[in-house]
Amino acid sequence: MWAYWLSVPEHWREIPARYRLEGGQCEDCGFKMIPKRDVCPRCGSKNVKTVKLPRRGRVLEYTKVWNPPRGYEYYTPYVIALVELEDGTRLTAQLTDVDPDEVEEGMEVEMVLRKVRVSGESGLIAYAYKFRPLLK
Amino acid sequence: MKPSREVGIVGWGVYVPQWRITSEELARGWGREWKRYAAGIMVEEKSLPGLDEDTFTIAYEASVNALKRARIDPAKIRAVYVGTESKPYAVKTTASILVEALGAGGDARMTTGADYEFACKAGTEAIQTSIGLIGSGMIDYALVVGADTAQGAPGDALEYTASAGGAAFVLGPSSESVAVIKASLSHVTDTPDFWRRQHERYPAHTRSFTGEPAYFKHIMAAAKALMEEVGTTPDDYDYAIFHQPNGKFPLRVGQRLGFTPDKIKPGLITPYIGNTYSGSALVGLSAVLDQAEPGSKILMVSFGSGAGSDAFHIEVTDKVVEVRDLAPKVMDYVNRKRYVDYSTYARYRRMIKMLHDFSSY
Repeated sequence: MWAYWLSVPEHWREIPARYRLEGGQCEDCGFKMIPKRDVCPRCGSKNVKTVKLPRRGRVLEYTKVWNPPRGYEYYTPYVIALVELEDGTRLTAQLTDVDPDEVEEGMEVEMVLRKVRVSGESGLIAYAYKFRPLLK
Repeated sequence: MKPSREVGIVGWGVYVPQWRITSEELARGWGREWKRYAAGIMVEEKSLPGLDEDTFTIAYEASVNALKRARIDPAKIRAVYVGTESKPYAVKTTASILVEALGAGGDARMTTGADYEFACKAGTEAIQTSIGLIGSGMIDYALVVGADTAQGAPGDALEYTASAGGAAFVLGPSSESVAVIKASLSHVTDTPDFWRRQHERYPAHTRSFTGEPAYFKHIMAAAKALMEEVGTTPDDYDYAIFHQPNGKFPLRVGQRLGFTPDKIKPGLITPYIGNTYSGSALVGLSAVLDQAEPGSKILMVSFGSGAGSDAFHIEVTDKVVEVRDLAPKVMDYVNRKRYVDYSTYARYRRMIKMLHDFSSY
């Protein structure tokens, strides 16, 4: 069914990360990640606890997308950025509420919750974090 | 109507998308002369949602702002209600997504959650329900949102006002409140002035019939009945907020009730952002809380087509001053703006579609 081309269980599993920016922290080496994984990608430890990550950060690198994967056509051009949060955790996310030409490395950003993928007229609306320039 | 335990507003917050289109540009899209056609409604420009925004995303940011001012753990919230007439899903409550995003009801999510519907008064209706729950002692805190991405049909008069935005309130015991809701009552009749049938994209309305027998009759009846019950007159209030379908009606209904324009203008936000429907009166209330002195008395009367009005007598407490600057104010969002032309507006409102668009909504 066309309405379900976006995996519903996959989105549902990722809700803590996508809605609340809940990630994982390795209790042995301290590495932070989002989404949370069972095994620390840095030291291989299985002692990974859930942590809520800060909502603010800055843009490290970014790219403007003109040829998007299926489901993002309507939003082009948009910006994907590598964001470093205040605690040093890195993640990739879309930027929103910004003119792609105004994005700069080092730009201060904050997390917002927006529609990221929508499965047609009848399917799931997947909300997830995006980042926008810090409100004054 | 007064609860046995006094209830008040513990925190308030708003959100308005940054996108704006001027009334002049909307008129240009249809070859009309703005001055002759639309200037009378006194709405200079209106907000519209971005491509990735909807009632939920508006409700979410308004709620985050309300929680910043309430300074409570979201786990303590045991009721989440969203009043809207532009639900992202026809069946699946916006409240369910909001509960999860905020962590209401604690890790076990022990909270009630529902969407409310009564055209533009859905949000104030949810406030009354929450007063019942908190006032009876069933719960201590509730989160109420009035938010919309309102629909105005292309070329219709409503296209000049139907906008996007919302306000959220954390309600709780009066001892912790920035403003105490002393009394509230409602007036409802079957007055078909505006509606939207199932599966229709845009609402139908009855033009001038939406004024006298609908907006004016219901607001005036509810306001008068509430003032009589509380024993107040218009002179006792420092601020009056009426539902704001345009910039003209709230001033006119206020004048007929005996409120001077200087009591209405601080909460009159529609001229800058348009009519946010379920958010309309509540964004106005937020703008008043952004500036009101402790001890101020506020009369708020919403209006929902169909039709009905909810009236509230609210008294501001000393706590308002200490939490005011903890989140962005109404005017911060009003002044954060980027203009679009009619073609971008048509794209953002999904009035026109891309040939190969797999994300259409």
